[in-house]
Amino acid sequence: MREPRWVGWARRLVLGFLTLFTALPLYAMATSALKPLGDVQGDWHWIPTTITFRPFADIWTTIPLGRYFLNSLVVSGAATVLSVTIAVFAAYAISRFRFPGRRIFSVTVLSTQMFPGILFLLPLFLIFVNLGNATGIALYGSRLGLILTYLTFSLPFAIWMLAGYFDSIPKELDEAAMVDGNGPIGALLRIVVPAAMPGIVAVAIYSFMTAWGEVLFASVMTDSGTRTLAVGLQEYSTEVQVYWNQVMAASLIVSVPIVAGFLLLQRFLVAGLTAGAVK
Amino acid sequence: MTALVDKPPAARTAAAGDRPPRRRRGRRIALPYLLLLPALVLELLVHLVPMLVGLAMSLRRLTQFYIRNWSAAPPAGLDNYRVVLDFDSAVGCNLLHSFWITVAFTVLSVGTAWLLGTAAAVLMQRRFSGRGLLRAFFLVPYALPMYAAVITWAFMLQRETGMVNALLGLDGPDAPFWLIGGNSFWSLVVVSVWRTWPFAFLIVMAGLQNIPQDLYEAAAIDGASWWRQFRSITQPLLRPVNQVLLLVLFLWTFNDFNTPYVLFGESAPREASLISIHIYQSSFVTWNFGLGSAMSVLLLLFLLLVTVGYLAVTSRRRRAHA
Repeated sequence: MREPRWVGWARRLVLGFLTLFTALPLYAMATSALKPLGDVQGDWHWIPTTITFRPFADIWTTIPLGRYFLNSLVVSGAATVLSVTIAVFAAYAISRFRFPGRRIFSVTVLSTQMFPGILFLLPLFLIFVNLGNATGIALYGSRLGLILTYLTFSLPFAIWMLAGYFDSIPKELDEAAMVDGNGPIGALLRIVVPAAMPGIVAVAIYSFMTAWGEVLFASVMTDSGTRTLAVGLQEYSTEVQVYWNQVMAASLIVSVPIVAGFLLLQRFLVAGLTAGAVK
Repeated sequence: MTALVDKPPAARTAAAGDRPPRRRRGRRIALPYLLLLPALVLELLVHLVPMLVGLAMSLRRLTQFYIRNWSAAPPAGLDNYRVVLDFDSAVGCNLLHSFWITVAFTVLSVGTAWLLGTAAAVLMQRRFSGRGLLRAFFLVPYALPMYAAVITWAFMLQRETGMVNALLGLDGPDAPFWLIGGNSFWSLVVVSVWRTWPFAFLIVMAGLQNIPQDLYEAAAIDGASWWRQFRSITQPLLRPVNQVLLLVLFLWTFNDFNTPYVLFGESAPREASLISIHIYQSSFVTWNFGLGSAMSVLLLLFLLLVTVGYLAVTSRRRRAHA
């Protein structure tokens, strides 16, 4: 494509600005995590005067970060596994069968995506509390309650995306598997799931990220034993002071695994989004 | 598609087998419903039932005394709605205020994020060295857990110890506060744009990949300028992608609770009190669930109205173009 000169300049300008914009918080996080407390309490320094790794050791004792980490891992992991499993079956039904109610189901499930979380929060809170009182099943304050909630957040998107993905897999493949003596479920597990792996990976990343970053429900539905990172990180601010260097160190620890995983798998996600969203 | 239901290969073998065909058929019809069942039950449990309960709650005088047993709360009829919609009263006035704040916030944030994402995606269509690296780098804010990102912004926006005032060369007694007063609104917009533009970038990029390259080549042979190609090829072919993208961005941003909650804590400044935060405060801080539910229901009605209207307009336009 022939390109006028101004496009080249616009490219440098816009991409330069966006690079800086993206980088500034990352820089603040990375450098502040290496500063002693005194350094983050005074004027802002672009370059740390003293570099220390103390914040990375201290974060685990100032608050029970390890427990919060474990809670987040269990909740996000379980929500992801369940959400993907349930979505695979539902998407298979939508993609491969024509049955009454198919459209209504798709539209209803998708439309729940548009509802504000706050709408479910109040009733769900009361339902969990009342259910706990009536039956002794402790959903409020338990990991189970959060898992159930989170898995439904990613479910509609997962079903929608996987159904699109399954549509792109030729039906002849699973029909052939059925001729070979498999039932529909056998065909799904032996043929469709392996062929749709990139889509499934993308959906899994999405579910995990959704659960890992959720704040609203975590702040209301957890107690000190089940608190997740999303809420726990706020405990570095006390009445007296904020341990900003520890906050940044903890933020870094919490972010690195998920960002690394995302960047490694981003091709799957882009491919999955293309299959789902662009159709 | 229908072939599978009408005469699937398995049915043919079954007819030859010993099982009566009718039972076989019954199972086949039940199968898709069985596959959907877990998803359906969970959606009902976590979304639809709470929504109905929320509707019922909004018709009751539900204060902290009734939290352990909400159905014992005295009925209120439409009183909660009357209070909430009485814009001369304190409650209604505050709700209206936070509604307009949210509208302004959404328009600014979605507009800017969409523009930045589109500009970046279009300008990165051409190959240049380091493109792949830059693309991955731009996606980092999207991958970052949102609370970690927003906490970092909260640190940067501190008056005395923050990076923002240092960057702007503002210090001493005149340095502005960014997390209280009128500035807090702009802080919220900037943080929100920082978090959402990479998503717009990702989706527009995916949309651009689907535009056949030979369209540009043919246009170039015809002597179409860069701008002309952008207007006549890129823009129209991106329209379906943009329609979905803008709707999703609108819903996310309008419902955003996380950004203000992490940035400001439980009580956001009045100038940055988004509707979700406002409802949360009305419900959990003052423990008036009846009013909070009435506000939630109204919010849902508004979002439904906008979405249905938007979809009607865009799909009509799409049909007109087809």
